[in-house]
Amino acid sequence: MHSHHPPTVSALRRAATAATVPLLVVGTAAAPAAADAASPAGSTLTVAVAQQVDSFNPFTAQLAVTTNILSHVYDPLVSNDQETSNPAPALAESWDTSDDGLTWTFHLRDDVAFSDGEPLTSDDVAWTFTTIMENEAAAIANGSYVTAFEEVTAPDDHTVVVELSEPQATMESLTIPIVPRHVWEPIVEAEGDAFAEYTGEDLPSVGSGPFVLTAHDRGQSITLEAAPDHWNGAPGFDNLVFRYYAEKDAAVEALRSGEVSFVYELTAAQADALSEASDIAVNFADGKRFQAFTVNPGARTQDGDEFGDGHPALRDRTLRQAIVMAIDNQEIVDKAHGGRATAAGGYIPSRYTDFHWSPEGDEAVLGFDPDAANAMLDEAGYETGDDGVRVSPDGDRLELRMHVHQDRPDNVSAGKVIVERLADIGVEVENLTVDPGVLSDALYAAEYDLIFTGWTVNPDPDYVFGIHTCDALPTEPGTMQGDAYFCNEEYDGLYADQLREYDRAARAEVIHDLQRILYEEAVVNVLTYPDIREAYRTDHIEEGTLLTQPAEGGNIWGQDGYWAFWAAQPAEAGSGPGGGGPSTGVWIGIGAAALVLVAGGAFLVFRRRATAEDRE
Amino acid sequence: MTGSPVAAPPGAQENPSSAPAAAAARGRAGRVLRYIGGRLLTAALSLAGVVVAGFFLFRILPGDPVRAMTEGREVTAEQREELRRQFGLDQPLWQQFLDYALGLFRMDLGTSFQYRRPVAELILDALGPTVLLAGTGTVIAALLGLLLGVRSGWRPGGAADRVNTTVALFFWSVPTFWLGLLLIVLFASGRDPLPGLFPTGGMTTPGVTGAWDVALDTAWHMVLPVTTMVAVIYAQYLMIMRSSLMDEKGADYLTTARAKGLRDTLVRRRHAVPNALLPTVTLIFLNLGQVVSGVILVETVFSWPGLGRLFYSGLSVPDLGLVQGLFVVFAASVIVMNLVADLVYPLLDPRVRP
Repeated sequence: MHSHHPPTVSALRRAATAATVPLLVVGTAAAPAAADAASPAGSTLTVAVAQQVDSFNPFTAQLAVTTNILSHVYDPLVSNDQETSNPAPALAESWDTSDDGLTWTFHLRDDVAFSDGEPLTSDDVAWTFTTIMENEAAAIANGSYVTAFEEVTAPDDHTVVVELSEPQATMESLTIPIVPRHVWEPIVEAEGDAFAEYTGEDLPSVGSGPFVLTAHDRGQSITLEAAPDHWNGAPGFDNLVFRYYAEKDAAVEALRSGEVSFVYELTAAQADALSEASDIAVNFADGKRFQAFTVNPGARTQDGDEFGDGHPALRDRTLRQAIVMAIDNQEIVDKAHGGRATAAGGYIPSRYTDFHWSPEGDEAVLGFDPDAANAMLDEAGYETGDDGVRVSPDGDRLELRMHVHQDRPDNVSAGKVIVERLADIGVEVENLTVDPGVLSDALYAAEYDLIFTGWTVNPDPDYVFGIHTCDALPTEPGTMQGDAYFCNEEYDGLYADQLREYDRAARAEVIHDLQRILYEEAVVNVLTYPDIREAYRTDHIEEGTLLTQPAEGGNIWGQDGYWAFWAAQPAEAGSGPGGGGPSTGVWIGIGAAALVLVAGGAFLVFRRRATAEDRE
Repeated sequence: MTGSPVAAPPGAQENPSSAPAAAAARGRAGRVLRYIGGRLLTAALSLAGVVVAGFFLFRILPGDPVRAMTEGREVTAEQREELRRQFGLDQPLWQQFLDYALGLFRMDLGTSFQYRRPVAELILDALGPTVLLAGTGTVIAALLGLLLGVRSGWRPGGAADRVNTTVALFFWSVPTFWLGLLLIVLFASGRDPLPGLFPTGGMTTPGVTGAWDVALDTAWHMVLPVTTMVAVIYAQYLMIMRSSLMDEKGADYLTTARAKGLRDTLVRRRHAVPNALLPTVTLIFLNLGQVVSGVILVETVFSWPGLGRLFYSGLSVPDLGLVQGLFVVFAASVIVMNLVADLVYPLLDPRVRP
């Protein structure tokens, strides 16, 4: 009758105790074991990363975290200098161009070997480039670099010749990872169409960079070991480990506890709190990114077909300029970024000193001046209605939507400031703080008036200018290459000029003119260059050895090159992660667990006695 | 065959007196089969519905996977087109659905856009960690909830009951994310003067090898996530045990037991609790299916490499291949657990037998 009875309460209680107590004991006992085992041979620099890697296949890897890690594993032909960020030799010691600018000859170093001992020759370089040119699946990551390549040849072991269909000033930024042909050619052939799904998990990797990828614990950590014979010198740490933290706040706590040595992309609040912690140094770097909002100037396709539902009055440049003049970028720096940003001038952030442009003197026609903005609108026939909102000469009330990324707190704050400032000139803004996906859909359907955007600008700015040429307009709605429906003939001419100009100073002049046009047209309106915030433990990494790029006001994570983690030196022995035996904390933990065990045991004994009494 | 309680013994039909009994047995076997068949059919239909709903539901999500994946990357229109082609997004929707549905019959859940690997492989990789975390958490929460629920339910309104239910409901209403971060700050980050007893995240320490060390290291990493999970969910077991015990309290058979002179603890343990456990056991079964989807937040706070975090990482893209695969697996686990509960419950409780 009672054969199916579930367990009785005392059995349950005993099981509960039996299940919990050993768990705690095992848990704390594991601590010293873990601390001992956590120190692999030699010193380790541990970085907390926020993204999981997509693929270790350098032909297809897209995510920033992966391309960053792979830049420590594979060398490029040309890199960017640590001190200046300008193009600098890497595998290529030097290069020259033909008079027509169509033939580039790169002269390679002769002391480079892959981690399997094979020498790196021009054949590896030519094969890497040619594969990207000919195999669509292999062009996923770096196809944009080779669009103007006609042919790549290797006349001798240390010379690579690239023939171009038209001049490309971007050739000095050829940061494509060079892979060993003897390893990758068989893979490309064997995988065929499935090459895009080859994720390069056959470790250790074979590369020529200062580190070798040796282990990947999916969703947890990626381990790199130093390549002691790297041509540029051995890295300071023996191991470089990237640990995955899904939550930035948890990563910050891991930095405090010493489980990781370096954390990047901190919020202003996190960075300020860490500034006060002991043994932690915070690095505030000049931003590589610009934050902007764009104005829908009347979206159309390349054939001139209009689409979307942007406010018609925004086609008027006067109104767009008045909007820009009503906004004080410094107020956004102060209120949205807590002062940790630079008020924007032109399109290119100020850290790129020669390409950066800032409107000054006569050029500064759109400086913050709400009175002038109001006067401009009055003169252009935008009359103010009874409710304080202006009406366009065509009779449309100036009621604009503004799409803001809800996942970026600084954008959300900036949006609130803009709503207030535009009210000052009689423009009513509906603040739409939305999911990035919703924002993206609105942009590509051109169903917006004002919309937030931003780009991380690379040392070569060609691409971020290219997205505002008329060629970047959509061929049909939804296929836009750029992000602003901008199209201007003078701009397109200058864009073509800068790509042909091999003299850096002359190119910088043209790039300044491009920024002046963007500024005056007031479609792409740059607000700020937010600072980069990152922190590291000074008891793991010797202070001053984690080189920033550029040397002045530079960043550690996201460099163009491998400088920071290659140059970093372990701090004085004894205080690094996993050094020595279990910490005081662990012993206290063991004590606590022992207490629980004793209490649990006493409880069980007591229970048994009580049961025995029941039975009597 | 002969051991089966419902089958008639061989030759029984030749005995006229046992004919009605055999007919009754046949009728009963039919009812049982119909019951099982009905449940199986319902489960299969639900699963088919989930497959269709999952496919179209995630396609309504705002955003475009290719644009999101290439955001901030210097890519050309051709590169975007190639990605679209690889993901099959250039095909008409019906074609995409057909490919997906046919793939499911071959146990092929599709390919993840962002990880470039078969979804089934990713799910298998993440299943172990989730089962370990969610399983341990559920077992401890159930035992704790049942124990405290018995205490509370036997003397409702008493001091122990008031403390128990207040504490349990407090933790039940605390946001998982917040509680997890609080535990990390208190027990892991090592701020003065608190010692950092446990790791801040992950399942193992990189570089730990050897089965025994890995087991210890994993247990050490489990303490905080399991504690968070138990704290948040044990209240539901406590409350259901409490209320079902309260239902039994006034029952006549308990008066009889007391009249036999049994001590109060014995009455509770041997008579009241076994009967009160029935609804609780059902609840545990029903919960098992939802456990997997319920640990998303815990896995995210503690960077646990499980299914929940995999789902979270897929949603933001949206990685359609990954999220629809996980959706089917999550839903299937709920459906299968419901089915098991439906089939097992009649064994536990004769009153609901068909």
